[in-house]
Order: sequence, then C-alpha cells, then structure tokens
Amino acid sequence: MHDEPVVVADGLRKRYGDLAAVDGISFQVERGEIFGMVGPNGAGKTTTVECVEGLRRPDEGRVVVLGLDPWRDARALRERMGVQLQTASLPQRIKVGEALDLFASFYRQAADGNALLERLGLGDTRSAYVSQLSGGQRQRLFVALALINQPEVVFLDELTTGLDPQGRHAIWDLVREMRAEGATVVLTTHFMDEAERLCDRVAIVDHGRIIALDAPATLVRRLGAEARVVFEVDGVLADTSPAPAPSRLSPARAGQLNLASLGVLDGVLRVERAGERVVVYGQGDGLVSAVVHALETDGVRYWNLRTEQPNLEDVFLALTGHSDAAALGTAVTVAGPVVH
Amino acid sequence: MRGLKNLMWVQFILYLREPAAFFFTLAFPLLCLLLFGAIYGNEPAPAFWGRPIGTVDASVPAYIGLIIGTIALMNIPIETAANRDSGALRRFRATPLRPITYLVASIAVYFLLALLGVALLVVVGKLVFNLKMAGSWPAVLAGFALSALAFFASGYVLASVARTARMAQTLGMLIFFPMIFLSGAGMPVQMLPPGLQEFSKLLPLSYVVKLMQGLWFGDGLAVIAMPAAVLCGLLAVGVVLSARLFRWE
Repeated sequence: MHDEPVVVADGLRKRYGDLAAVDGISFQVERGEIFGMVGPNGAGKTTTVECVEGLRRPDEGRVVVLGLDPWRDARALRERMGVQLQTASLPQRIKVGEALDLFASFYRQAADGNALLERLGLGDTRSAYVSQLSGGQRQRLFVALALINQPEVVFLDELTTGLDPQGRHAIWDLVREMRAEGATVVLTTHFMDEAERLCDRVAIVDHGRIIALDAPATLVRRLGAEARVVFEVDGVLADTSPAPAPSRLSPARAGQLNLASLGVLDGVLRVERAGERVVVYGQGDGLVSAVVHALETDGVRYWNLRTEQPNLEDVFLALTGHSDAAALGTAVTVAGPVVH
Repeated sequence: MRGLKNLMWVQFILYLREPAAFFFTLAFPLLCLLLFGAIYGNEPAPAFWGRPIGTVDASVPAYIGLIIGTIALMNIPIETAANRDSGALRRFRATPLRPITYLVASIAVYFLLALLGVALLVVVGKLVFNLKMAGSWPAVLAGFALSALAFFASGYVLASVARTARMAQTLGMLIFFPMIFLSGAGMPVQMLPPGLQEFSKLLPLSYVVKLMQGLWFGDGLAVIAMPAAVLCGLLAVGVVLSARLFRWE
C-alpha cells in the first residue's frame, strides 16, 4: 500500500474550445514527496491539478489519488485530501474563526484550528472578518483550510502568490513541516526559485505538456549550464587596448588583471570582459574560490564580485525558448540571479 | 450532520450581519403593517365581502407572501450567485460537503427567517391591532411551508439561471417588484384595474396570497384547493429544476 504512488495521472487532456489547456500530461507523485508543477501562467498547471482533485473532469486520461477515483469516490477522497484553490473565497461577512470551525465540521476528523492559526501567524485574527485580512493573511487562511482535515495529500495552487518574502518563507517552512509529518504535497507555482528550493521533484509545464520532470538539481545539472563569476576591476589598470598576443601571456605586473591566468584555472571555460566588468564562465564547485584566489594572489583590486549559478529558470528558458521576461510573468523579478 | 448544523448556524449569523437583507425581510413587512394598520385600522371593512375581516386581518396573510417573495426572489438568488461568483461555493465543493447538505442548510435557515418574520407580524398584529385569525394554525403553518418551499426552490432555479450575481439581482428585482404590487402581497388585488387583476393570475405569488388568506379566514377547500395545487406544481418543478441546474461554479 505504501509503495503505491499517491497520485497517478495518465494521459490527461482537457480542451476549452480550440485551446488544449492540458495536452497529454502524465506523472506520478510518491508518498511523502513535495511535487511541484512550474510554468508560466496559462501553461495548464491549474487545470491539471484541478483534474487531479476531481474539480474538473478531464476529456481524456486517468487519475488515481490515494487509490481512489476523484470522480467516483469524490467524497471519500475529499475526506483525505486538502486543497488550496487558486480562485476561491469564503462567504461574505464571515470571520476567520467561524470559517475554520465551519470547514472543520465538514470532515470526520479535524486538526486543532487554533493551533493551525497560531502556526500560520494568524492567531490574533480569529475574530477578524475575512474581508479585513491582508492578501497574505488571506492566503495563509486558505492554506489553513487546506490543512484542517489533517490531509494525507495536499494540493496547493499558487501558494505564495501575493505574499511578501517573509510570508513566503513561513509558507515554505510549513510545507516542509507538513511533509515531515508524513503528508504528500503537490504544488503549482510560477516562481522558479520557489520550486527549486521547495520541491523534491518538479514538472516543468508549458503549453499543456510536461517538458521536463526531475529533481531540480538534476534538471539544472543536466542542462550543463555554466556558472558565472562576475566582478569589476579598475578600468585604468585593466586596459583593454589591443596588445600583441605574447604580451598577454607574459606574467602580469602586480595589481594588474591578467585574463589569461584566469582562463587557465580549473573549471574555467572562458573569460570575457567589457570595460570594467569581467565575467568568468565555468563549472564546478571550486570556481569562485579559484577565481578569488587568483585575484588575491595577483593583488588585483576588484569589487562587486558575485556568482550567478545556473538555476531552474535557466532550465526553463532553455527548454521553452521563452527568452522574453513576459512569458514568465512576475517570476523574473523574484527568481533573479542567486547571489551568494 | 455536524456540517449541516454548523452551516445553518453560520449562514444564520451571516444573514443577521447583512442589515439590508435583514431589513427588507423582517422589518419592511412589519413597517407596512404598522403604517397601513395606522391608516386603515382593523375594523371589519366592506371591501371584504361583508365578512368580519379588517384591513390588518387581510394584510397579515398577504404580507406572509411578501416575506416569502423577498427571500425567494431577492435573498436566495443574490446570495447564492454571489457565493458562486466569489468562489466560496467552489471552495465548499473541494470538501466532503454534499450539495444537498448545503441546499438543505440554506433553505432551513431561510425558512426559519421567514417563520421569524411571520411570528413578528402576528405578534405585533395581535398586540397593536387585535389581529384575528379564523382558521387553524396547523393549516396556516402547512400552507406557509408549502408556499415557502415552492418559492425558495424557484429562487435557486433563478440563482442557477443567472450567470452572475449582478444578473441574479436584476432578474430577481424584475420579477419581485411587479409581483409584489400585482399579486396582492403588497396591496389588495381588488384595488387593481380589471385587466391587471387578470394578469395577477399569472403570477405565482398571487396563489401564495390566495392560499394564505383562504387558510387565515378559515375558508373551505373550494377556495384553497386551486392555489394549493398551483403551489404544489411550482414546488415539484422548482425542486427538479433547482436540483438539475444547481452549480457550484
């Protein structure tokens, strides 16, 4: 029983008119896993998840969740699953505590609502109207509602959209705690960094299909992308005026940048510079320390040194060819270069 | 069962927090009663076929129709469509809550509210205007229950037919206002010109007023059979249609 996948989706298709929102999606989620679906808005993530939850009926394909058919065994499944919907709300004029108690009463067993509110930082909002909550508080309340029945599998659709950085981290911690307590988590996000940090495996979804599915680190590694070490040097010392090749190879004067000496370091693939800005491309964990060591040894003055590791966003861009930022929605601003 | 009880309680509380709905359902009929009672008094009037019936005696059963109409045509479609538009029903759907539990809870709450409205009318009518009821209370209650359920079911049909809450509101008002004035619920049908009196027979609410007044005055089957049959038909159609058309989103 425990070896059985928690979610099996097989050949899901869902059309809306001419648009194939889900165009043949198959995946499995194992017990205790945090499984993410990432992709731009409109990629088909939400439709897929809602087909799995039994809220939408796929045109084609098979879904099994916890060994149950989401349509035929809807009530039995809903008893054991938690859902946070992308578009949902609560009746007008309801208070936080009332909503939580109400939802708790729909289930045979329920978690301690007060403890849940405390854990989500909503402890002092119990008697507040839901309509008075901030966007982040509302989002957390809906996460609380998804957890009120102590579900075995939780679906979180765009769980941190609209949250500030603190709120996002709080939710991430909570998701990890849920997993630690034995729940399986399926989430969708258009934040690449979120998927990368949180998920054991991610499915990259684009135009209704899964174009890659693996652990984030594996996807990144498989991309074979280069890491970059970027820094700036003094423009006078690092003169770019054309010089005969042999002189470049000659030992540099102390304090002067020698591109060639960087180029021969372990793991360095190539070095580029434009004015004061130098970019060292390479692979491997030792790249940064090798570059810094070389600069220190030569006594080169540098500043603004940072590294840019390839990340899930690079994988996504490479796979989809969506080079324009618009395709990713707001993801670009948040999932920028990982700066160490 | 716990879900049903909780849902009823929450919906009741939420209803009380909406002053406009509260006012129109409970306070408005009461104000009408006080206003027209103060104007016309409750002495037996010739308008009522020479029977010992005063204006207030005739108005209270008609205002029961007003209460039922307000809830069925205004409260139910607007509230249901608003909860559907906002995604609240959708969120309910992701739980083990059965649609029928949701409907039963909602209808029970509206039923209790209507009953509360009727009780207010009767109590105030008795205290202020010496309201008389010539029929039997169980029969009046049964007629009220039939009328309310038939109309509430229709209200859910309206909620499902309307695409949005705004449309539900427009549709409800479009039916509600003519019906209130032309069915005898707001004012006696006898005051209408003959053409409109004929038109009034097309309005379902007329049959609520006829039934309630018939039961109130202790009339026999000859008077109440027809309106009761019409309302039974409306109830059957309403239940079938509302169950078929109801949607969470």
